[in-house]
Amino acid sequence: MNAFSAPSSTPVLSVRQLRKSYAGNPVLKSVDLSVHQGEIACLIGPSGAGKSTILRCINFLEKPEAGEITFFGERLCSEDGNVFHTAPERALQAARARMPMVFQHFNLFSHRTVIENVMEGQIVVLRRHKDEARERARTCLARVGMLDRAEFYPDQLSGGQKQRVAIARALAMSPALILFDEPTSALDPGLVQEVQSVMRDLSAEGMTMLIVTHDMRLVKSIATTVHFCADGHILESGSPALLLHKTNPGRIRTFMAAAAH
Amino acid sequence: MYNFFFLEVPEHLPFLLKGALVTIELSLISMILGTLLGFFLAIGRLSPRRVLRLPLDVFVEIIRDTPLIVQLLLIYFSLPEAGIVLSAFWAGIAGLTLNLAAYLSEVFRAAISAVDPGQKAAAISLGMSPVAVYRRVVIPQAGLACLPTLGGYFVALLKDCSLVSFISVNELLRHATIVISDTFDSMNTYIMVAIIYFVMSFVSARIIRQIEIRLTPSNRRGTITIPLTMDKEGAR
Repeated sequence: MNAFSAPSSTPVLSVRQLRKSYAGNPVLKSVDLSVHQGEIACLIGPSGAGKSTILRCINFLEKPEAGEITFFGERLCSEDGNVFHTAPERALQAARARMPMVFQHFNLFSHRTVIENVMEGQIVVLRRHKDEARERARTCLARVGMLDRAEFYPDQLSGGQKQRVAIARALAMSPALILFDEPTSALDPGLVQEVQSVMRDLSAEGMTMLIVTHDMRLVKSIATTVHFCADGHILESGSPALLLHKTNPGRIRTFMAAAAH
Repeated sequence: MYNFFFLEVPEHLPFLLKGALVTIELSLISMILGTLLGFFLAIGRLSPRRVLRLPLDVFVEIIRDTPLIVQLLLIYFSLPEAGIVLSAFWAGIAGLTLNLAAYLSEVFRAAISAVDPGQKAAAISLGMSPVAVYRRVVIPQAGLACLPTLGGYFVALLKDCSLVSFISVNELLRHATIVISDTFDSMNTYIMVAIIYFVMSFVSARIIRQIEIRLTPSNRRGTITIPLTMDKEGAR
């Protein structure tokens, strides 16, 4: 399960020398990262370090400028000499469907009910039949404890409930990997736990996850690998015990000391 | 001697109502065509391609900055010189449609731009194609958001139809002038016309409002009420 115990297996996702800048400002200078089957990788680091940008480049919500991303053996982008290639839009769409994203602000479809939100991607993207999609949606909603709210609209739910629905929406795609972009950052302190507990359940079931977060309790409770990200690089990677240990001498310690308050 | 209210006019009422029927035809046809054209104008004007955007912007600007009556006169009297001959009715439809489309393109453009970018990102991240994102997320939400405004424009359009009497379309107002030239009773005739316009506008505003209630998800569960907008100034 741990990436370090199984280095020989091919990673689900591998990112090599990823670069991205905004208006000439380099945000990602050279990012290398891989996520293996069943791994729960957490990206931590100070604000503005480019953590969310890494996620958004991986599923091409943002176009990377250089580097190589391989997902399930398929090149999403690559460099050939100095020429940067991107896979055709169709291939990117197919890849996105297998690595759906959970957002900080939930981003549920406000004009659809909870169950319709969870059915949407299945029907439109995976072309599942409506009945099949409904059945699958009910299973996923049950997994996050939201089945009793199936007919509600998003604006009738609390933040924690919305995020659980968003997780169900991702689960419904039968994903190979789920990308989480600060899933607990927009939640009231009292609601953080219900989302953490759903994510813990997923990790126990072996779901592969890549999580950008500031939530150290979440990191400590579910991460198998922690990547510390700063200044557009990944500075350190390792097991949470190793990285988050008080005696770690790197920049991560200063960060952790600040995050603890 | 002052002719008492409705003493003489009612015998012309069927004739006026016949005119009102043409007014309804005019507004229904231009409503459908104008909404469709306005939608495609909005999509075109949101295009990142300047070649497409610029001429559409210019078109909308010209329509919005000239009076409808001048546009109607141009279409009916000046276009034939360029070889395009339209009957009065269809010239009226053309003018009303172009006018409505220009204004609605602004409404649609604003509504489309106002759709939560986060929800678009969510749709993309599920693997939807750009067309699917539009069809399943952007359009339904933008459509709901501009329904009340749209209702206001439709009622305005119904009343704007009176302008096509200037290009000899036999609608309500023109039938009224014919009645007046016959009876010399302008006061009662115009009051009658005003009442007919009021009833038509009021009823269509109610119908649009009912559609709005039906289509708004929050109203399906009956918690939110939206104020009725039927004021032309408010809409523009």
